[in-house]
Amino acid sequence: MIDVVILFFLLGLAAGLARSELKLPAALYDSLSLVLLLAIGLKGGEGLSQQPLGPLAPQLALVIALGVAQTLLGFTALRYLGGLERADAAATAAHYGSVSVATFAVGANWLASRGIAFEPQLAIFLTVMEVPAILTGIVLARGVSREMNWRGLAHEAFLGKGVTLLLGGMAVGWIAGPEGLAPIKGLFYDLFKGALALFLLEMGLIVAQQAGELRRRGAFIVIFGLATPPLSALLGLACAWIMGLSAGGAALLATLAASASYIAVPATMRLAVPEANPGLSLAAVLGVTFPFNILVGIPLYYWLASKLTGAGG
Amino acid sequence: MTVASEKRTLLTIVTETVLEDALLRDLEKLGVRGYTVCDARGRGNRGVRNGRYEEAANIRIEIICPRALADQVVAHIQAQYYANYAMVAYLHEVDVLRPEKF
Repeated sequence: MIDVVILFFLLGLAAGLARSELKLPAALYDSLSLVLLLAIGLKGGEGLSQQPLGPLAPQLALVIALGVAQTLLGFTALRYLGGLERADAAATAAHYGSVSVATFAVGANWLASRGIAFEPQLAIFLTVMEVPAILTGIVLARGVSREMNWRGLAHEAFLGKGVTLLLGGMAVGWIAGPEGLAPIKGLFYDLFKGALALFLLEMGLIVAQQAGELRRRGAFIVIFGLATPPLSALLGLACAWIMGLSAGGAALLATLAASASYIAVPATMRLAVPEANPGLSLAAVLGVTFPFNILVGIPLYYWLASKLTGAGG
Repeated sequence: MTVASEKRTLLTIVTETVLEDALLRDLEKLGVRGYTVCDARGRGNRGVRNGRYEEAANIRIEIICPRALADQVVAHIQAQYYANYAMVAYLHEVDVLRPEKF
């Protein structure tokens, strides 16, 4: 049975492709993403308040390495197989080395609606994996030079809306714990699915806008957008296996690895690598990879993860 | 009766939202004392920029200042941003009522 939130995505996609008048107010989209980011942060923080944080350090180092490795591999493929310009290859690779909160939310929802648990530190992984790819992408495009406004970029990368809300939500959840969070559960946990459904409706509309761009870009970018997620997911599963995560946790880490950023990275890359074409990266990420992951990828990654961890299914 | 007024230049810049912070910092460094920013959407040689999400959103910045300063700002943004960003800038002569403000 297809998840109801996915049906909302398909509705938005169909409406967008049919050039419907449907348009969500920008303020609603911003509010929904705020609720989703905080809810993910709160849930992670709540889980972390029940367990020691010490063992997390090596795991964090591993996911940072994962983000850097994905960006380097993506760059190599785009530059040498795809023949892209250096700047375009670096910027696009950074999108793929980073993560998508929306994809994570769909994955978490997919697991939750099947009663499959996952480790709370996945929320931290989500936060941590945003940044290394951005920095790697900038170095690939520019080299390490003194002229770069590293302070401004660090500000952009570490204090963007996403990281602030995720880390902030985690801190609140960690301090408040389950009892403290009980009064606001209604908004952030119970309404999560509804908020996600509306958010995905808008995502469908945004994805539909990429159709024209994709037609202009040709086959390579579509193939890259389809082939990268499963390969990245395998890297994610390998990391999950090293960490000894549960099937749910492994599937979600694979989802993170497979996902590609379309908010934090485009904004930062636009400033740091202005000569890269943002339309190219977004066409691949939004037009191909995001729909692939939420429609096909997540169930596939869970199936692989359950084989890997021997959880059955 | 006519109101006492003086000539100033209105510089309007339409560009990508993502540039807002960087551009406003530049303006202050160049000595611009005031500006107005609003959200915008439209179409140009970089396609439809409909403001659906940040990458495709535009802003319009308006600055009223002496002509010399406006020229300086235009020269700066031309050198810095024209090549790689969606950006349009144009100048107008306007009558202002309180010249000491601009």
